[in-house]
Formats: sequence, structure tokens, C-alpha cells
Amino acid sequence: MTTLNVNGKRRSVDAEPETPLLWVLREQLGLTGTKYGCGIAQCGACTVHLDGVPTRSCVRPLSTIGPNEKIVTIEGLSPHGTHPIQKAWAALDVPQCGYCQAGMIMAASALLKAKPHPSDSDIDDAMTNICRCGTYNRVRAAIKLAAQGGDMKGVAIHIQHIEGERA
Amino acid sequence: MSAARRATGRRAGPDPLGGSFGVPADRGAVISRRAFIGNSAGLVVAFHIPFAEAATTPAATPEINAWVVVKPDDTVVIRIARSEMGQGSLTGLAQLVAEELDCNWAKVTTEYPTPGQNLARKRVWGSFSTGGSRGIRESNEYVRKGGAIARTMLVQAAADAWKVPAAECSAAASVITHTPSGRKTSYGKVALAAAQLTPPTDVALKDPKDWKIAGKPLARLDTRDKLTGAQVYGSDLKLPGLLNAAIKDCPVFGGKLKSFDASVALARRGVKKVVRVGDSAVAVVADTWWHAKTALDAMPVEWDEGPNAQVSSASIAEVLKAGLDAPQAVVGNSNGDARAALAMAARKLEAVYSYPYQNHATMETMNATAKFTVAKSGTPDRCEVWTPTQNGEAALAATAEAAGLPPSQCEVYKLLLGGGFGRRGAVHDWVTQAVLIARQMPGMPVKLIWSREEDMTHGRYHPVTQCKLSAGFDAQGNLDALHMRISGQSILAGVAPQNIKDGKDPVVFQGLNAPGPEASIGYTVPHLLIDHAMRNPHVPPGFWRGVNLNHNTIYLECFIDEMAHATQQDPLAFRRKLMGKSPKHLAVLNAAAERAGWGTPAPAGVYRGLAQTMGFGSYVAACAEVSVSAEGKLKIHRIVAATDSGHAVNPQQIEAQVEGSFVYGLSAALYGECTVKDGRMVQTNFDTYPVLHMDEMPKVETIVMPSGGFWGGVGEPTIAVAAPAVLNAIFAATGQRIREMPLRHHSLKKA
Repeated sequence: MTTLNVNGKRRSVDAEPETPLLWVLREQLGLTGTKYGCGIAQCGACTVHLDGVPTRSCVRPLSTIGPNEKIVTIEGLSPHGTHPIQKAWAALDVPQCGYCQAGMIMAASALLKAKPHPSDSDIDDAMTNICRCGTYNRVRAAIKLAAQGGDMKGVAIHIQHIEGERA
Repeated sequence: MSAARRATGRRAGPDPLGGSFGVPADRGAVISRRAFIGNSAGLVVAFHIPFAEAATTPAATPEINAWVVVKPDDTVVIRIARSEMGQGSLTGLAQLVAEELDCNWAKVTTEYPTPGQNLARKRVWGSFSTGGSRGIRESNEYVRKGGAIARTMLVQAAADAWKVPAAECSAAASVITHTPSGRKTSYGKVALAAAQLTPPTDVALKDPKDWKIAGKPLARLDTRDKLTGAQVYGSDLKLPGLLNAAIKDCPVFGGKLKSFDASVALARRGVKKVVRVGDSAVAVVADTWWHAKTALDAMPVEWDEGPNAQVSSASIAEVLKAGLDAPQAVVGNSNGDARAALAMAARKLEAVYSYPYQNHATMETMNATAKFTVAKSGTPDRCEVWTPTQNGEAALAATAEAAGLPPSQCEVYKLLLGGGFGRRGAVHDWVTQAVLIARQMPGMPVKLIWSREEDMTHGRYHPVTQCKLSAGFDAQGNLDALHMRISGQSILAGVAPQNIKDGKDPVVFQGLNAPGPEASIGYTVPHLLIDHAMRNPHVPPGFWRGVNLNHNTIYLECFIDEMAHATQQDPLAFRRKLMGKSPKHLAVLNAAAERAGWGTPAPAGVYRGLAQTMGFGSYVAACAEVSVSAEGKLKIHRIVAATDSGHAVNPQQIEAQVEGSFVYGLSAALYGECTVKDGRMVQTNFDTYPVLHMDEMPKVETIVMPSGGFWGGVGEPTIAVAAPAVLNAIFAATGQRIREMPLRHHSLKKA
């Protein structure tokens, strides 16, 4: 048995040491928000935080992770999806199919922590995740929106939000 | 929860995967009828009627009609037949129903009826097929009528209760008002009574200019769970006792499985079984997918590679090249006598273009969960499948066929797609595989997930074509004759050969058809001939987002640019001269050109290129701005795009589709290529099949300009103008004409 610190809780898992963290999260712990896209660290759909560092979990063997390293997945990023990045994503309706978006959000939230006011080139460098639907421009806009505290001033995307009891 | 499952996870609630879907096989009335589903024509089916039963149970949530359910708390559940895969039509279709229903949008939720329920109710929801940008344009009328009929019944129920004429009552935001007395009630309060009324046969639909919900840039209904990891995709499905399978199909198309050493896999932890799947594949079933996948990788497998083991991209290209001048070809569009006019032309111009195979590369690989159960007597009893699909009915047909059961003993539950792009619609090869595996593990649900490598090498690929274009000009440089000879693969020949009539695949001519409402050419040429020499390699083709419009628009729009430059004319002015009879094509072209500043100086070092086309019912145009450094590095700065889709149901989602179309189209133009070596695909993952990344993404300015009077799609057409607009701008910047896709094979470095 291996002990991990996942989303602030100690979890015991029974998996071979070479098992990628991605599949430990998905199949041992039931945390399916982290996605399989390529298995070779190309697409970023499997991105989680490891001690705050965005990490591609599909190539990270279980054996290389210590019991005190803090793993944060999309499910543990914030209570009820209230991280500023998640709120900006909702404000601008960023996801299309949504499959890559957990990885995008984990990469973007790590970027904002390291650089609260990222430049376009900071965003280019940090956001190497693949999106086949093509959400890149809204991802960029949402990172900037979160960086300016959610202030919609200057945001060119016009979306009407009608929230009700279903929200 | 009603019998139909929620399509979105917007509302908090119990785990939607807690085993509550499906209609128990032992209840409900049974009807029999002859039905046609997908390509399984003529199957005799018998289905239960879950909704009918639910609607007559007093405690149940009242179904006003097939499209609308109203709960006592005024929550409105709108049923959506088409699949959501990111394109936003779940929200758009709900807007159309809600508009006519006059309900409170803040209390709208959606759910999918199942394909089995659709057949049981004589296809009351119509087609489930979600492709060809048809989700909204093909179903808008009957879903709006569904909303209008439900509103009429709700108002009538209120009027009946008040004993007043319905004409004295009006509805808005789920509240019904009796105008003379000022009395009010809500949809939820009258829903049970309304559900008992006979639906009106004829209802008037609103004029789109009066729309309050449709036509507005409303936020999507399905965003929230995509931000928290709560959204369940096909590959995320959890079921009690679920097993996992990994599969390898013969890498050479048309080859077969020869042998495998199951003992190697069976000796590994968690492995339950190794199974042959059809005549060409082998799968390992294990407790976890990681165990199944690694055991499969470790297991020796031998293939009978069959007759195609020597085929290469070069040999395919030779076959296509021969078609460019072949005497036999099927005509798709012609007027005048192009051959004669070309023979007599004062000046001629000729060019050959080509387009490679491409994989859809959805972010979520193909997957399906299947459960096959056997009765106590030992006879096969039922097969259920959970899968992301663009066409639930076709998935049900594939399930029934693979299970060897009538569709009445099968069901498909649609799960959210991690991308579709045409891969998950016409052919359900992965569903067939999942069912064939489950048949060998009766009683146990088995989830089959393809590795990325399996997905890349067993796609249904964007077809390969080449095109020779020949133009003839008169002495004044006016275009007099144009011949486009397309040589290459027919998608229909691979996917639905029964639709090939007299050797003609009409879909080949997308964007090049004679004037009309679908995919028509925007240019009038005195002598025109567009024909196709069909050449079908062994690689299976598929509908790849944008389909044949993609390469046809590159061919025509780049060659138009060549013609303009060859005759020293401005590319916009040259096009305008040929577009006098195509005002809608011209309007979007003008809009994009004007917004981009065509004819005014671009920033230093920046060059512009144009493209326009019409397809999937809509008119689109783009103006791209690029620069190319001395080292040959391309930067695409900005693309201005204009779209006339007739009506615009949700403008902010149209903008999202246009931006996404540029990512898809530019990924294809810059990088997209699957090459064939030894009969199989060479590219196996995103390292060898790169796609556009964020740092390469241009600014996109979208002009949504619905001119009314028709319904066009928006998920695909813009893809077609992405590449030619950029390629024409590259020519303007470098003088280099790229005629062979993808761009990455060409150096743009100044010679």
C-alpha cells in the first residue's frame, strides 16, 4: 500500500509502483475529473498540482511521489468550483466539449499563483494544453479576467447569464 | 428522475450513474412495429413505452408532450434528441423550445431520451443524428412546434380551470395571466391538467424578430460541471462490478488476427480474460484499464496483414494522380462547354493541389461500456451500452447487430462526448467491439477504452484527394472557362455505399454545387466543369468535421487567388466580378474584407488573404493577416470571419464555433497528416500528429450576420475558409504558392 496526500486527505492506494498517477487517481481513487488524452505528456488533459506545480500525471509513476507531497486535482481545486479561474471560466463560457478543461484550469490556476498578472507570453508559455474544440482564445480571455479580479471591463465576449434555481 | 436521463449535470443531485437509467425489461406496454434505424433497415422491433407509463402515473412528473415536461415547482425539462459534443446545440435547441413555450429560462433543464424510447414512440423525437451541422437547422421547426404546442396546452388548462376562453389568457416566463381579471397561475400548477388535453394539430410559430430567448447570447446550460471534474464522459462511467478492456486491432486495414499468447497476459495482476474480438482484434479484460492496457502491451500478438501490407502514401498518391487525367469521371456541376472553351482560350492557367489523410483526434478516445446478460434458461436476454455517440440510433443498431439480439432487447445510454467531429456518428466500430467483448463476459459490465495509439491508427480518416484546376481566359483576362477535376476517395463509398448512385458520390462536390440552398459555388463562370474520378484506397474514410468542403475550398479559393494574380487583378475585385449572381456569398466576403481593412495598408510586414464558401447551409468568409519572418516562421496575427447562417440562435456560441473552427482548420492546414507505410498509419500520438497550440492562435473577430429566411449550420463551414485565407496571405507575404497540405512540409524561408 502506498500513502498519498490527495486534495488535503491521506489516501491509501494499492497499485504497482510504476502505475502512472493519472490511473491511480482515476481507477483507485475514483477521481475521474483528471483525464486521459495521450499518455505521453503531450496534451495536458491529465494536469494536476504536485506541491503547487502543474504536473502531467499520465507519465508520473506512483513510486516517485512521496506521502507528504500535496496532490491537488480538479475536484480539490476549490469548494463548489469557486476558484477565481473557475469563476472566470464560467463567466466566459470557456468549455466546449470540456474534456481538456480540467487540465486547462489546473495549468491556469498554477500560472496565476506564480504570476498573478501574466503577460500574453507568460500565458503562451504556461498553457501548452491541447484543445481540439478550439477554446484557446476564451481560455486566454478567462485567465486575464481572473487576473483582473473578475472585472468584466474590457472583455469583448458578450454572454447573457440568467441564473436561477438550477444554478 | 423521469425515465429519460438527464443530459446535463447542471443540477445538483444524486449520482446520475447510480444505476437508475434504463427501462426495466419487465414493465410497460409493448408495441411492435417495423422500423428503420441507421443502416439496419427492416428490423422488426418491439419496445416499451416508458414515458407513456410515466405520464399516466398520478405521482409522476407531467409530460406535456415529447419535448416538454413541467414539474410542480415550475422546473421545465426540455428533451433534446441530438447529442451535445461541445458545439452548444443542447443549449440552442433548448432556447428554441423555451422561446415558443414562453417559459422561465432560469428554470430550464434538459435531458436525453434514449434511442430505445424513440423507437418505442414511433420516433417522436425524429433523428438523433448529430453531424453535418444539422442539429439545429434540421430540427428547429419541429422542436419549436413542440414548445408552441405545449404552451397552447398549458394556457388551455388554465383557461379551463378559470372557465374562460383561452384567447383571453397569455403566457410569459412560465406564468399564465387571464388578462380581463388579472388572475395568474403558473405552468407547474396546471401541468397535470395540461398533460391530459389533446394537443392542437396546428400552431403558429413566432416571427424570429419577436424572439426573447432564442437569438440571445445566453450562457450554455452545461458549463458548470465541466469546471469541477463532476461532468461524466463515456470513459468516466462507473458501474457496480465494472471491468475494463484494452484492445488491439490489426494495424493494417483489412488484415486479421493470426495468434496471441494469452498466458502472458493472464499471468499479470488483475487480468480476467483475453478475448478475440471479431476476426481482426484481441482484447484484454482486467480489473482496471491500466492493468488491461499493460497486459495487452506485454502480450505477443501475430497478425495476418492481408493484401494491403505493401500500400504506402506514395502508392496511393500515384493512383490518385492517374485519376487527374482519367477519361472516366462523374460530373458534379457543369454549364457551357468547358473543355472546348479551354482548348480555344487565349490564355490558360493550370495547377494541381492535394490533401492528405487526417485523424479526428478527439480529446477523449473511443470508448463504450457494454453489459450483455443471459436469462436463467441460458438464452441471451439483453444488451445495454453506455457510450458517447453522435447518433444514438445508429449506436443502438450497432449494438443489436453485434449482440445478435433484436433492438427491443437492447438499449443505448448516451454519455457526453469528449469531442466528436464526425468520428462518433456514422460508424460505431468501437461499440461493436465493446459488445463482442461483453458477449464473452456475460452479466458483467465491461468498459472498453482505446489507447491514443489505437485511436490514431484506427480512425475513419479525412479522405485523400488531389485536384487539377484548369482555367481559360479571354484576351482581356476575363475568366471564360474553369475545369476542376477531383481525383480521390469517396466517404460514402466507405461508409454508406448504398448511397452511391450511378457511380456518383454527391457529397464529393460540397461547396461546388450549382446554385441552390446547399453547398453551392459562389462564382458564375461561362464554361464550367467540375468532375470526380473516384479512387478508393484501403484506408477507411469518414466524415471529418467540415468534410469535403475543407479541401474543395482550399482548391477553389487558392486557385481563384492564383488566377487573380496571374491576370494582375486584386483578389477581392476578381472575385466580385464572378459573384454577381451570388449575393449572399458576396455579402459575407465583403463584410470580412471590409472589417479587416482590405484595400488599406496592413501593419508593416503583415499581408492579407481572402477566402469564401458556402456549406452546411451557411455562407462564410475570412480575411487572414499573416507575417513570415526572414527565417520562414509564420505568424497568423488575426482572422476576421463573417457568417450568415440565416438565423442565429445563440450568437455567442456561434462565435465560439467560429473560433473553434479556425483551430481545427489551422491544425489541419499547418500540421494535419496521417501517412501510410506498410499498409498502416504511421502517426500514433500527438507527438507525431501535432495540432495548433495556444501560442499559435490568432485573434479572431467574428461577424455574425444572419440575413433571415433560412437555417444554416455553424459547427463546420468556417473550417473550410481557415486554410485558404492563410495560404493566400502566405502567397501575398512570400510569393510562395502552397498546393500540397500540410504546410509543415514547406519551408517559407526566403530563397
